[in-house]
Amino acid sequence: MIELINIRKSFGEKVILQDVSANMEAGKTNLIIGASGSGKTVLMKCMVGLINVDSGKILYNGQDFTAMDDKEKKPIRQEIGMLFQGSALFDSMTVEQNVMFPLDMFSKGSYKEKKRRVQECLDRVNLKDANNKYPAEISGGMKKRVGIARAIVLNPKYLFVDEPNSGLDPQTSLVIDKLIKELTVEYNITTVVNTHDMNTVMESGDHIIYMHQGLKQWEGSNKDIVFAKDQKLNDFIFASEFFKEIKEMRQSELFQDQSWRTKKEGEEDTKS
Amino acid sequence: MEFKFFYHFGRFLLMLKGMFSRPENMRMYWKEFMHQCVEIGVGSFGIVLIISLFLGAVTTVQTAYQLVSGLIPKSTIAQIVRDTMIIELAPTMVCIVLGGVVGSKIASELGNMRISEQIDAQEIMGINTKAYLILPKILAALVTIPCLVVLAAFLGIWGGMEAGKLSGIISHEEFMQGLRSSFDGYNVFFALSKSYTYSFIISSIPAYYGYNVRGGALEIGRASTTAVVVSCILILFADYILAALLL
Repeated sequence: MIELINIRKSFGEKVILQDVSANMEAGKTNLIIGASGSGKTVLMKCMVGLINVDSGKILYNGQDFTAMDDKEKKPIRQEIGMLFQGSALFDSMTVEQNVMFPLDMFSKGSYKEKKRRVQECLDRVNLKDANNKYPAEISGGMKKRVGIARAIVLNPKYLFVDEPNSGLDPQTSLVIDKLIKELTVEYNITTVVNTHDMNTVMESGDHIIYMHQGLKQWEGSNKDIVFAKDQKLNDFIFASEFFKEIKEMRQSELFQDQSWRTKKEGEEDTKS
Repeated sequence: MEFKFFYHFGRFLLMLKGMFSRPENMRMYWKEFMHQCVEIGVGSFGIVLIISLFLGAVTTVQTAYQLVSGLIPKSTIAQIVRDTMIIELAPTMVCIVLGGVVGSKIASELGNMRISEQIDAQEIMGINTKAYLILPKILAALVTIPCLVVLAAFLGIWGGMEAGKLSGIISHEEFMQGLRSSFDGYNVFFALSKSYTYSFIISSIPAYYGYNVRGGALEIGRASTTAVVVSCILILFADYILAALLL
């Protein structure tokens, strides 16, 4: 589990994150959504340690990541896997070498064992016959899969995914979303996904954080989101007529779900 | 301008400091070092071969053109070619050319890795990217470039000898006689001192500019050009300082 406690970050005069607190739960796909410039990418970069926070704490299973120096951060970093927006594959290496790189760097197994693990990961992301191809020779969707395979090769406890669907067609996006969700449950990973994609929000959002101008504006699940009363969130998510209709359909579907209604009413009672 | 100089100099020193940490996996660092030796050393051999041969040849022909007095023996041409190649042309000219070839390669490689988030990906894995990506390049340059400079000196002198023969200026025997007379070993020490200094400049300055690129493809080009320009200026500056200190 990752806990964010009052995270603040500014670049010069510009305040990017203002007292953001949230919990990223294990075994769940935690989504950070928000308009461009809302601070979600900076928040993710703070979480993985690429940007230092001005104040606040980031706790990885209770360990304060922000108070650690680079040397102390190393063991936690080796438990982190990350899929970048552009996949960030190493150009000079083949698909197989890309996935093997973390193993070469950090594991002491034999070449045979490493190769077997690489093949396992490539099979898991359904990537066939691409081992000897270079990143320039494969499609965007395949690059994302290689990126995921590389991110999971060391059995990470935490998986960060930045804009997994950018530049992908809707069908491939669904496949990638499904893969991330399956891996999260399969390995009980704390997954944090930064996205704009409404399909991802509706399909994979076990836990959603909506960022607006550096503030955590709303928090809930993909089921809660259709009943959310927050105007800014609704303006962002259900901006088009198409999504407004989907919202109404989803609301009526969920309303018919007796167990969901009972749970929701219980929550409302607790709040009141 | 003054502020920017100190800003860059400070960041450059911090980059150098950041390179020294315990390697995550010595075998991978060794592999990267060997890879860089091939890229920088073997990869630059062709251009070094061509420029040093022509530098030696041109020096022979132009020295002969300037030696108009019949009182000066022809073997003096060989002495001048030898000392010019060893003291100045092999280390300085070759390193200025390598500054362009190797420098732009290092800056653009690291810049591209930075822009495409490959450096961030390695950082997140827990790799000290300054140690893994920059240190092997600097060490490889320190090992291979002095070897290339020594080779360039030999090739330049040989090129000068052949050019002298081909253009009928000086025979092989006279040239060899000149090469053997009044040879000072200190010149070789001076040339090697220069080549080690230049190797460090050629590799570390482009690494600094490439590693710290921000933006897109345009910035990679700019960083590469700036790295080459700054490296060349620093080579010439170091050339003067070393000459003033060591000669």
